[in-house]
Amino acid sequence: MAGSLPLNHKVLNTYQKRPEKKSGAVRIILTVLALLFFILMLFIPLISVFVKAFQQGAQVYLAAVSDPMALEAIKLTLLTIIIVVPINTGFGLVASWAVSKFSFKGKNLLVTIIDLPFAISPVVAGLIFVLLFSTSHGILAPVLNEFGIKVIFAPPGIILATLFVTLPFVARELIPLMEAQGTSEEEAALTLGASGFKTFLLITLPNVKWALTYGVMLTAARAAGEFGAVSVVSGHIRGLTNTVPLHVEILYNEYKFSAAFAVASLLTVIAIINLIIKNIADWKIKQQEK
Amino acid sequence: MKYKILKINIITVCILLLFSVLTGCGNAENSNKASGSSHNNSITLLNVSYDPTRELYQEYNEAFIKYWKKKTGEIVTVQQSHGGSGSQARTVIDGNEADVVTLALAYDIDSINKNKELINKEWQKRLPDNSTPYTSTIVFLVRKGNPKNIKDWDDLVKPGIQVITPNPKTSGGARWNYLAAWGYALKKNNNDREKAREFVSQLYENVPVLDSGARGATTTFVERGLGDVLIAWENEAFLSINELGKDKFEIVVPSVSILAEPPVSVVDSVVDKKGTRKAAEAYLQYLYSDEGQEIAAKNYYRPRDQNIEKKYEAQFPKINLFTIDEVFGGWNKAQQEHFSDGGVFDQIYIKK
Repeated sequence: MAGSLPLNHKVLNTYQKRPEKKSGAVRIILTVLALLFFILMLFIPLISVFVKAFQQGAQVYLAAVSDPMALEAIKLTLLTIIIVVPINTGFGLVASWAVSKFSFKGKNLLVTIIDLPFAISPVVAGLIFVLLFSTSHGILAPVLNEFGIKVIFAPPGIILATLFVTLPFVARELIPLMEAQGTSEEEAALTLGASGFKTFLLITLPNVKWALTYGVMLTAARAAGEFGAVSVVSGHIRGLTNTVPLHVEILYNEYKFSAAFAVASLLTVIAIINLIIKNIADWKIKQQEK
Repeated sequence: MKYKILKINIITVCILLLFSVLTGCGNAENSNKASGSSHNNSITLLNVSYDPTRELYQEYNEAFIKYWKKKTGEIVTVQQSHGGSGSQARTVIDGNEADVVTLALAYDIDSINKNKELINKEWQKRLPDNSTPYTSTIVFLVRKGNPKNIKDWDDLVKPGIQVITPNPKTSGGARWNYLAAWGYALKKNNNDREKAREFVSQLYENVPVLDSGARGATTTFVERGLGDVLIAWENEAFLSINELGKDKFEIVVPSVSILAEPPVSVVDSVVDKKGTRKAAEAYLQYLYSDEGQEIAAKNYYRPRDQNIEKKYEAQFPKINLFTIDEVFGGWNKAQQEHFSDGGVFDQIYIKK
């Protein structure tokens, strides 16, 4: 045993020396690898979307984007965003507030339920709505038929499916931050006599505003881009239940590749805007922490 | 003191939660009302169709809208939905309110009645020619110059040939493909079922990927460059050549193929509920008119009308065609035997 100690010491020594020499090379290799990966996996595909979109000239691009069916798809996607984002923002805010500032029975259950849409495949999420709202065999079929309400294969189904899929985004952004911030500021406000609502409005909300901004952006981006769940409940009726991603698929299947990528580039622009806002939000959050 | 306030807050949380859920439902219902509005002088028909008819109905809808306006003064809007024939039937079962269905095969229309009778059982007798206003057949699409020298069905089972065909479980076209191969093998082997089964089984061993719909299979072959031969609808093969260049692909016509009859029907429960029966029936009947037949022929569907067939004679190669009734005793029997769970296709494909 005793003999092995010096040996260990030597090994340690060489290790301590080596990193300085190696670190330069390793750092360069790792950086190059990361950059290559970034270029291969993100940059080239992103650029290729735009290249393909403009391949047949700006006219084809404009025609594809201003086609009546494309406009209907854009309208439906916007409608979905306008309805889904406020609801899920409200829900996310309230739920994360409850989860991170209070302790109550069933808290874990609430967190699990919030995460559920992350865990479930969008296809299954879509099928859940078919099982619920199908007018022929759905659980709610009698009610729907009685009042003549159409949910799936109509815009409400698309909105509901998107609502389900994007439910966790705001909450998931807020909960870690709110938990890290703790409840001390709120408690101080409460002991100074502020009401619960006032505390929320003046303390909690300003503290998380950038994380909230990012959560809202994520929700909007996903609401615009959701494909799986929406595809199941859509019925693919042109001009009525086609969202932008579904329209892209249709164009692609009709051999209109440039048009498909033209419409796809709209989604890509949303993604890029989203990334920029994320960076601003990240930066602001860090500044706040200082 | 503090505790009390916190407790009240929990109650507010719950109320807010409930509120947000309720507003969600409210909004959904509002938008439903907005989309379901209809005026007296205009009606909307929904045509739920299968994959390769996109271009056909795009052209036909315009013609019908003009015809109907001239005849009745009513303004019709025809909404289209396309997908794999089987999955399209599924959406109608699930409550997609199609006024008319124009699917790849009769069995898919029959299957819409599975849970509840949505379509009159005798639907196939309501329109001429078994309710199929146009027909098609199954041909091969190969790469330019036919590098693997594919001439007939026998060449598809040779080792080293990659065959692209969609999944018969979900795609109507794929079922026609499958049955065309069976029919050929039966004819060749004097109706020896065992030998035919072996033939088809060998063929599917050469299939690297099963797409869910005919259009997906075409994209796999044409865009992704996979496979040596695509078994396809005749109209789909013509279309890919026209859309993607005559310098890239060739059509190979086999010695024997199947007469594919894609049927059409009004969905009775829907048109009676929406009050669109008259227009929906006219929509399908007009497919048999000279103009309808001509549009079908222009989109590479074989017309039923003999005059128009003659006019487009040069376009359609002569093939020895057999019908599903002759060889398989009708769709229900073929479906039961070959495509039901545990049927012949499952046995063949699992073996692989």
